[in-house]
Amino acid sequence: MATTALDQRAHAASHAEPTGLWSWITTVDHKRIGILYGSTAFLFFLMGGIEALMLRIQLGTPNNTFLAPETYNQLFTMHGTTMIFLAIMPISAAFFNFMIPLQIGARDVAFPRLNAFSYWVFLAGGLFLNSSFLFGAAPDQGWFGYANLTSRQYSPGLNVDFWMLGLQILGVASLAAAVNFFVTIVNLRAPGMKLMRMPMFTWMSFITQVLLLLAFPVITVALILLMFDRFFGTHFFVPSGGGDPLLWQHMFWIFGHPEVYILILPAFGVVSEILPVFSRKPLFGYAAMVFSGVFIAFLGFGVWAHHMFATGMGPLPDTFFSLATMLIAIPTGVKIFNWLGTAWGGSLQFKTPMYFALAFIAMFIIGGLSGVMHASPPADLQQTDTYFVVAHFHYVMFGGSIFGLTAGAYYWWPKMFGRLLDEGLGKVHFWLMLIGFNLTFFPMHILGLNGMPRRVYTYPEVLGFETLNRIETVGSFILAFSFLIFLINIIKTWRGPRNAPADPWNGATLEWAIPSPPQEWNFAQIPAVHGRDTLWEEKRARGGKLPEPPRVSGQGIHLPNPSYWPLVSALGLLGLMVGVILEPHIGPWGIITGGVILLFGVFNWAFEPAG
Amino acid sequence: MHLRIRALRLLRRVAFALPLLVLVASACNPDHYPQTALRPLSDYARIGDDIQTTTFKWALAVFVLVEGALIYAIFRFKGKPDDPEPRQVHGNTTIEIIWTVVPALILAAIAVPTVRGIFETNSTPTGDVLRVEVVGHQWWWEFRYPELNLTTANEVHIPVGQTVSFHMSTADVVHSFWPPRFAGKRDVFPNRETRMWFKAEQAGEYPGQCAEFCGIEHGRMAFRVRAQTPEEFQAWVSHMQTLGPKPQASAAPADSMRTASAGAKLQASQQPAKPGAKPTAPDSAAVQQPADPAYAAGEKLFMTKGCVGCHSLQAVNAPKGMIGPNLANVGARSYIGAGSFQNTDENLSRWIQNPQAMKKGVLMPNLGVTPDEAKSLVAYLRAHK
Repeated sequence: MATTALDQRAHAASHAEPTGLWSWITTVDHKRIGILYGSTAFLFFLMGGIEALMLRIQLGTPNNTFLAPETYNQLFTMHGTTMIFLAIMPISAAFFNFMIPLQIGARDVAFPRLNAFSYWVFLAGGLFLNSSFLFGAAPDQGWFGYANLTSRQYSPGLNVDFWMLGLQILGVASLAAAVNFFVTIVNLRAPGMKLMRMPMFTWMSFITQVLLLLAFPVITVALILLMFDRFFGTHFFVPSGGGDPLLWQHMFWIFGHPEVYILILPAFGVVSEILPVFSRKPLFGYAAMVFSGVFIAFLGFGVWAHHMFATGMGPLPDTFFSLATMLIAIPTGVKIFNWLGTAWGGSLQFKTPMYFALAFIAMFIIGGLSGVMHASPPADLQQTDTYFVVAHFHYVMFGGSIFGLTAGAYYWWPKMFGRLLDEGLGKVHFWLMLIGFNLTFFPMHILGLNGMPRRVYTYPEVLGFETLNRIETVGSFILAFSFLIFLINIIKTWRGPRNAPADPWNGATLEWAIPSPPQEWNFAQIPAVHGRDTLWEEKRARGGKLPEPPRVSGQGIHLPNPSYWPLVSALGLLGLMVGVILEPHIGPWGIITGGVILLFGVFNWAFEPAG
Repeated sequence: MHLRIRALRLLRRVAFALPLLVLVASACNPDHYPQTALRPLSDYARIGDDIQTTTFKWALAVFVLVEGALIYAIFRFKGKPDDPEPRQVHGNTTIEIIWTVVPALILAAIAVPTVRGIFETNSTPTGDVLRVEVVGHQWWWEFRYPELNLTTANEVHIPVGQTVSFHMSTADVVHSFWPPRFAGKRDVFPNRETRMWFKAEQAGEYPGQCAEFCGIEHGRMAFRVRAQTPEEFQAWVSHMQTLGPKPQASAAPADSMRTASAGAKLQASQQPAKPGAKPTAPDSAAVQQPADPAYAAGEKLFMTKGCVGCHSLQAVNAPKGMIGPNLANVGARSYIGAGSFQNTDENLSRWIQNPQAMKKGVLMPNLGVTPDEAKSLVAYLRAHK
């Protein structure tokens, strides 16, 4: 095993936990990188939320002039882009980072410095995208960037350039992280951790990495073609030169639909961890849960054109993509029923994570059912591009992903920080979020079916949309307020003492076998795994609770050295992209400087002693 | 007695919330929404609506059952921390097969009408079909009737009871044509023709709008569908066919807007003694008040202020590729600014003076028209109906 090889090479130095800013800048510890991912993504999540509130204020009354049309278009584009690429994906990545090595019994990820690089590139991409606000040129073409609106002719400004290059940066981060976690899960599992013994969160994360590896190259290529169109005058998507705007839609959704599962599968995993623990009963139908996840991911690549029924593809493609889409409802249904089966007959413990996990199921059902409604093209032609679709995907992305990830935050907080979040505030957060969420998004179903299109900055009074829009705006503020409670909870907990035992919830998985928060090397001894729910097995074998694991000195445990070269390389990549934006003003020098820094960083990284 | 007082108090409290409840209840009624997709008025829209209703019923049943089971489980299996460990169940093959197969059957029940509906909506209509060409523009709609040699903008007139076949494209970026009472959306592309058809069942004026994000003014790219009885429609067509160039004028140079207005000018000079006279010749431009001085001034302004560079005034033989909407019957339309503002003199005047203030980003620039000039232009345009 790799671990024994590592142990043989181990040197005798003792590791004191490093502190200070420099230790965070040079860290290659998956847990610290996880915390960096989580906190950065949470800040972006708050920004995306403020953008959403501004959109809601604008739509609260007809013919409102709170936002100018171009500002509205920038805000809805940035809201979507931010929530997808800078909030949900990296919050999931925070849990991948922190939890996958712990759940499989590893000391770190397979490529710790690549992991740091992923984080720095993600941060660079997020800052790059949002810096567009400073130039008054935030992307304004929608997160889907449909051609030929994105061509130089119809979008002459920097807006599309920021979006196109920003996504390209973020794609580098996602792909590097996906390779890393894929290899980690395949190679670094503890002895006895067979694939079919892996915790469900690790399983769903594993499938997510495969989706990332297969879907992101497609958007990368599409963005490169767009870049050629905009910078070098090619005509891949420009009809006047023989290009085809429809080609962009196909390429975008071949990436875009798997992306939906990239956003939801980690939350599926989180909920599949929480339900058994708080039902005190193993996950119902483990194998079915694994294979339904695999099946969803597989089918996820064969349904992209259901986003394009209105383009008039003809009866045969419509039929194929309609039936394939309906097929996805079957494994998704299996998952929901298995979650119900897990709770059924259990002894449900109503802690905050359980509240969020149960609400996740309740909300996701609604999103799933409206999804089946637009699988049928003749009906979808009315629903698509209306608020009905906005309602649908918020029930899936917010009611699903965000509820699931919030459940995960409450569940794993004690493990990550050694402190239990306050239960009382947690439940206030929960109820406000549930009520605010439904007030905001449920009326959108009604508005959409009654003719309110998406992405309009205002609507005339005569169309009758005012009442429900006003209710939604009130709901959105309740929703925002619930996250204020969450922030207060975080601050309160932060100031409180370290009160979390190693295993506060009677967990079933390996992360609960080690101290909270874990020590830098995770496991003083690599554990041996003898079955699923391995910690429950061990507790049963020993007849009850395990003793609190001691904090030990890491004498003789090999750990990778800290490194700043990943950060330097990421800065080089950022500089290169900034150089492209500034090229009209400063010539090629920005691009050259960024490129040289990138090469310098990668070179030094490659020849740096690993430890 | 006490009970009555308590009931009254309760009523007073409820009464406080009553208007809100009424408001919400009415907001859930499709009749409250003129642009609703839930009150179909054509054969084509009914195909989708029927499938949607079927799917919705199944979805509602599943929703009630599954959410019901979830809520039941939450209350029924609530445990205490010191309760004994529940029975450790890992799965149940029979149940798992059932809840895989039953959803598959429900989906099959939805799939059958879906596939039938896909082929029906994609069929090509035959028989007595009226062809209408739709061209999307940033941010307005052009409608052409090639068989009738007519062009109009932002308000499409269609006959009730006759199938209309829409052949669609765009002059610039991708848009989506959506008249919800009659049909779902169909995107329009710059390099391919897309199609849609329907047979309207009821006369009336109905709103529709662009449903694919198309730039800054996507939110104000609406249109009106004017479904008319066959007689009314025929009358409209006959009238529109008078809104063309005069034969004398058509010999003039190629600029067709000029020919339209030249025709009007000719008529104005021919009939100075009969103010308000109706045009008699079927091929003359429709000019209602040729001797009105404001009209004459407006006509001159239309030529000199640059309006003529982007707007055509003739419905017959209208030029293609104009940047602005055709104005041949602008005086008779209910809305201006692509279905955005009611076509009152006041709105029209505001628009002419400062379109950017009403619809920021619209391709019509502010042309420095004074209020007095706007008055004349309104009089001129109002006469074009």
